[in-house]
Amino acid sequence: MAVNPEETDLNKKHIVTLNEKEPLAISTKDLHVYYGKFEAIKGVSLEFEKNKITSLIGPSGSAKSTYLRSLNRMNDEISSAKVTGEILYKNVNINDPEVDVYTTRKQIGMVFQSPNPFSKSIYENIAFGLKRHGVKGKETLDKAVETSLKQAALWDQVKDKLNQSALALSGGQQQRLCIARAIALKPEILLLDEPASALDPISTSQVEETLIELKENYTIIIVTHNMQQASRISDRTAFFYLGHVLEYDETRKIFTNPTIQATEDYVSGHYG
Amino acid sequence: MEETVQHFKKRSPKRKQERFGKTISLVATIFIVSIVFSILFFVASRGLRTFTEHGVSAIDFFAGTAWRPGEVSDAGEPLVGAFPMIAGSFLVTIFSALLATPFALGAAIFMTEISPKTGKKYLQPVIELLVGIPSVVYGFIGLTVIVPFIRQIFGGTGFGVLAATLVLFVMILPTTTSMAVDTLNAVPRYYREASFAMGATRWQTIYKVVLRAASPGLLTAVIFGMARAFGEALAVQMVIGNAALVPDSLTTPASTLTSILTMNMGNTVLGTLENDVLWSLATILLFMSLFFNILTRWIGKKGAMK
Amino acid sequence: MTPKKADKIAVNVLYGLSGIIVLILASLLTYILVRGVPQFSIEFFTQPAKTFEVGGGIIIQLYNSFYLLLLTLLISTPVAMGAAIYLSVYAPQNSFTTFVRTAIEVLSSLPSIVVGLFGFLMFVVQFKLGFSILSGALALMIFNLPLLTRTIEDSLTAIPSSQREGGLALGLSKWETVTRIILPAAMPGIITGVILSAGRIFGEAAALIYTAGQSAPALDFTNWNPMSITSPLNIMRPAETLAVHIWKINSEGLMPDGPDVSAGASAVLILAVLSFNLLARYLGKKIQKKITSA
Repeated sequence: MAVNPEETDLNKKHIVTLNEKEPLAISTKDLHVYYGKFEAIKGVSLEFEKNKITSLIGPSGSAKSTYLRSLNRMNDEISSAKVTGEILYKNVNINDPEVDVYTTRKQIGMVFQSPNPFSKSIYENIAFGLKRHGVKGKETLDKAVETSLKQAALWDQVKDKLNQSALALSGGQQQRLCIARAIALKPEILLLDEPASALDPISTSQVEETLIELKENYTIIIVTHNMQQASRISDRTAFFYLGHVLEYDETRKIFTNPTIQATEDYVSGHYG
Repeated sequence: MEETVQHFKKRSPKRKQERFGKTISLVATIFIVSIVFSILFFVASRGLRTFTEHGVSAIDFFAGTAWRPGEVSDAGEPLVGAFPMIAGSFLVTIFSALLATPFALGAAIFMTEISPKTGKKYLQPVIELLVGIPSVVYGFIGLTVIVPFIRQIFGGTGFGVLAATLVLFVMILPTTTSMAVDTLNAVPRYYREASFAMGATRWQTIYKVVLRAASPGLLTAVIFGMARAFGEALAVQMVIGNAALVPDSLTTPASTLTSILTMNMGNTVLGTLENDVLWSLATILLFMSLFFNILTRWIGKKGAMK
Repeated sequence: MTPKKADKIAVNVLYGLSGIIVLILASLLTYILVRGVPQFSIEFFTQPAKTFEVGGGIIIQLYNSFYLLLLTLLISTPVAMGAAIYLSVYAPQNSFTTFVRTAIEVLSSLPSIVVGLFGFLMFVVQFKLGFSILSGALALMIFNLPLLTRTIEDSLTAIPSSQREGGLALGLSKWETVTRIILPAAMPGIITGVILSAGRIFGEAAALIYTAGQSAPALDFTNWNPMSITSPLNIMRPAETLAVHIWKINSEGLMPDGPDVSAGASAVLILAVLSFNLLARYLGKKIQKKITSA
């Protein structure tokens, strides 16, 4: 039985915090995002564990992507957007306007909904960001390109055509190239905004496998519409609803025994 | 801890780069804007000297029909009546628009409603080529084909409003057509589908639905064509005969603001009345161009409100 | 009249109107080419013009046209590029931006004779540059800027915003993103736009008669000292272009074979503009292909 959204108690929340044994990667405290007068995120406080995959799920309009885009200050690019509250990364509030947004984004990488490789060669797609951040030397760059492509499980498929246009790759390959492009800068956190929504099932599972392998070295936060995907790959899951997080817990718990009624309705497919 | 804060607050070179990029691109933008204002200011301030420095009355200038700068009337007033040129400019503009509009709309309707395929394949390149032909070439053809043709049929010299109108007709045709095409293409598909579904014929749909929905845009297209006709200089100057007389027939030599400007600017000395009245003509051109601009904006706004 | 019959008549009328337009272009082109191409000869392309005798050529005017075109593109492209980047990347949505856009639109609708007269007042008289290539190039720059800015801006905004986000997410500045990612991707459109504007510049005369002047002093094509008055490179010499030449011959009526020379020159002008059009299409397609494939 689906609950009527109006009857959902937005004050009833179940949000776990990390214990001492679980190292913190990034957290937000009372984060609000406004687009003009519209409040899209209404005070979200979450803690993300290091080297884990956290899924952000929720129906359309729950503002989970907006939340994700705040974490590396991509919302700065929308002139009407205003973000208040704290985003703590390495104990620094990176939501402070004094904080250098370029340094921040370099350490908190992002992959988007549809693959957006640059119209450059495969090699350049990866080396480009490094070069722009001052990395020099052909050998260093070659090495970095190879490592990131290997980490993104793309190396074997493209190693012989590094100079070809990235736009000639398949959708799944393009998306993994975008992942490689992001991790080439050695970020600590990787934000993914529905990275598989534009891909076919085979490409999707390839991307998922890549993410699970990447978890060893990166903290991953992923927005997804795909319930199976969230349950397959993530360790923790946050359920977003109308700009609130109603429930945040281990993924297993969210999908088998959620605390909040709205979460249960959503994960069991009653609405969305 | 303090170290990491410093790390994040340190201004990366990117910020400098961003400020640099924003600054030079803004400078380029402001440069263009300042050109616009310089044009308005310098041309208009020269043009106003006719009235401020030389004391010509506005009525004498706008309504006077005798244009013999350098000479004075029996009453001692300078003969700088610009009415013949103003009339000439408006006449050729209105006539050429009247002539070009049916062709432009017809071609636009053909290209969007009747046969988009043929339209794209043949008419589109034709329109693009017509835009590309330089105005002196139009003037040359006017001079060697149209003027002798008119001379043969109507007698006289062949120069005049009719010749200018025919040349301008071809020149504004592509402008009006391509804008009309854009407008018609912007009419949503479902308007037509709804009309067909009610059993309307193709022409009924075009006439009663598409054209009606597109009318503000089509009006803008016509005005753009008129603006081009009003401002065209050389092609008109080559065929109109350049006699500063109020035209009493379509086939006797006349003149427009642009043609007199083109002819005489080089023969007068800066600062004299003979020269300043030319700048007054240029100022009229300038304001007419602004007027056409405002008019299209106004229509656009009204059309959007509907 | 039944609606069906009205429909039939209307469609026929539309066919007729469209046919007449095609016919007009065809006869224009045929006239110019049939009349002009027979004038082509080695002398026509290698001899300077003669004012009072038969048999002059157009070499100096032709050279001047190309030289002016080159200079105009050199000075107008960076400015247009800068303004296009500002408008597509940095411009906030406020009244200042609206104001800027309006100003550029006004500039694009100004008659070119007004631009030429302003150039005369400003560059020739005020800046004391005289009737010169430099004055002409500056006037043509003003003539060219609004349209070129718009084309470049359109090419830039046609690149999906996901490309821009991709760059920003790597911690790059907007400036880097636009100059290193968006601009290269938009190159086919920009090059097409620049070449199409070249066609317009090449045929423009009204903006030039009082800036670059109406005389074509003899050039010595072996003299490459830019300070010398007979040097083709000199930018301070008056320079009548091909388009101005056509106008001048016809309004003066001194040249005995004026109509022939004009016809030849018109044919050259049209062929040049035509080749600019074809080149623009060809290059645009070719670069597009190069970017998306290997």
